[in-house]
Amino acid sequence: MTAALEVTIAREIGEFELDVAFTVESGMSVLFGPSGAGKSLTLSLIAGLIRPDTGTVVINGRVVTDCDRRIHVSPQERRIGMVFQDGLLLPHRSVLDNVALAVRQASGRRARRVVARSWLERVGAEGFADRRPGSLSGGQRQRVALARGLAGDPALVLLDEPLSSLDSAVRGELGSLIRGVIISSGIPAVLVTHDAEEAEELGDVVIAYNDGRVTGRRIVERPVRPEPQRGAPESTEPA
Amino acid sequence: MKRGAVFARTLGSRHKTAIIVATVVVGFGLGFGVAHLMAGSIAYWGVVSGPFFLTLRVAIPATVIAGITGVASGYVLAKGRFPGRDVLETLGSLPIILPPTVVGYYLLEVLSPGTQVGGFLTRVVGHVLVYNVTGCIVAATVAAYPFCMRAARTAIEGVDPLVEQAARTLGLPNWRVALQVTLPLARRGIAAGLTIGSARAIGEYGATLMVGGDINGKTRTLSLAILDSFTTPERNTMLLILVLMAVTAMTGVGLLSRSRT
Repeated sequence: MTAALEVTIAREIGEFELDVAFTVESGMSVLFGPSGAGKSLTLSLIAGLIRPDTGTVVINGRVVTDCDRRIHVSPQERRIGMVFQDGLLLPHRSVLDNVALAVRQASGRRARRVVARSWLERVGAEGFADRRPGSLSGGQRQRVALARGLAGDPALVLLDEPLSSLDSAVRGELGSLIRGVIISSGIPAVLVTHDAEEAEELGDVVIAYNDGRVTGRRIVERPVRPEPQRGAPESTEPA
Repeated sequence: MKRGAVFARTLGSRHKTAIIVATVVVGFGLGFGVAHLMAGSIAYWGVVSGPFFLTLRVAIPATVIAGITGVASGYVLAKGRFPGRDVLETLGSLPIILPPTVVGYYLLEVLSPGTQVGGFLTRVVGHVLVYNVTGCIVAATVAAYPFCMRAARTAIEGVDPLVEQAARTLGLPNWRVALQVTLPLARRGIAAGLTIGSARAIGEYGATLMVGGDINGKTRTLSLAILDSFTTPERNTMLLILVLMAVTAMTGVGLLSRSRT
């Protein structure tokens, strides 16, 4: 079976050196480590927002970065969904438009909006589809960002500390939602966190980071669940 | 009402009297002045309507051209990674720094059919580019352009690059990121540049005088006509119209920049 993601990259930024190698299968993989360990930088390199000095990135068997062969597929062509720490929604667009912009599998504005609305429903954000991101709370914004990250039918979802700017009550609820939606959609995901409890609760696999290196890898024991169907729109129940 | 009452109570009686007197005097003064100018405007409208409409014919296309080229070049300067960007910005800003007559001189050098460049341009366009409305539009565009370009560059550089990166991960090609993310987010700064640029195009004098020739009924815009009629009563009408045009342009662009996109 092809791994969802194979990463072997090195990048030097000033004094900091990142040099990591790992593979990710289906489900939720968590990059866990202290701030400044290079976790978010790794996500940017996987997404193609930054180029590595050396190495390769393979998503679903497709080489998107290979420094030796001078391959660098643009972020637009990588078919990844990304959820950022602060959501980074477009403030001048409605919530629905923000999600609809990400929809690639439907043509025409109306069709894209239908898909976008279904994703907003899945994350429990359909009630504020017509609002601007500026009028939403942090938790609501991250729900929308999650819908946007998944709406483009990506091969891989990258979540960069999506819960770190939220208070603890919202974090628990949103964390469960994120895991539930990711698992039910069948789209492999890589989540970055510096919170050990969060890593344990959300991850199927925890990849430990420290000072630009992978220092460990652990499979989190969970009750056996039925195999999810990729892209299945019905289930919105958190795990 | 409540705030007004609180404000009034906090003032002493002498202050209140002074404010009332000042309000009455200013109010009467403004009312009388506006009424006088309006009466003059109506009386002299026949004289000033020509320069007024000519000014519109010059300033509107000049603002549009300067806006489009200014935003496009501001974007390139903000996003491009090539040597000499600052030199290019300085060159583009020269019309702000140089005396308008010097700008007019160089425009004549470039546009006059007697010069090499001007002769070539005249052949390409198919008609003479000086001493007509086209010349006035070119002069007003050159005057307005640097304000549009500089404001656009600053505004575009101020857009959070992370938001643009997020848009790229959605699959939007770079041209859509520019049109649907960067420019809308920079719109207030761009509108500020357009505001100043349009006011500059409306009031352009020196270069327009040299390139347009101040020909009555053909290239005499309002700002040129004011000097020509400086000792006549219709100058007040022209002044009022110019002020109103500038205020309208500024208000209009300001409102547009605040509107939902």
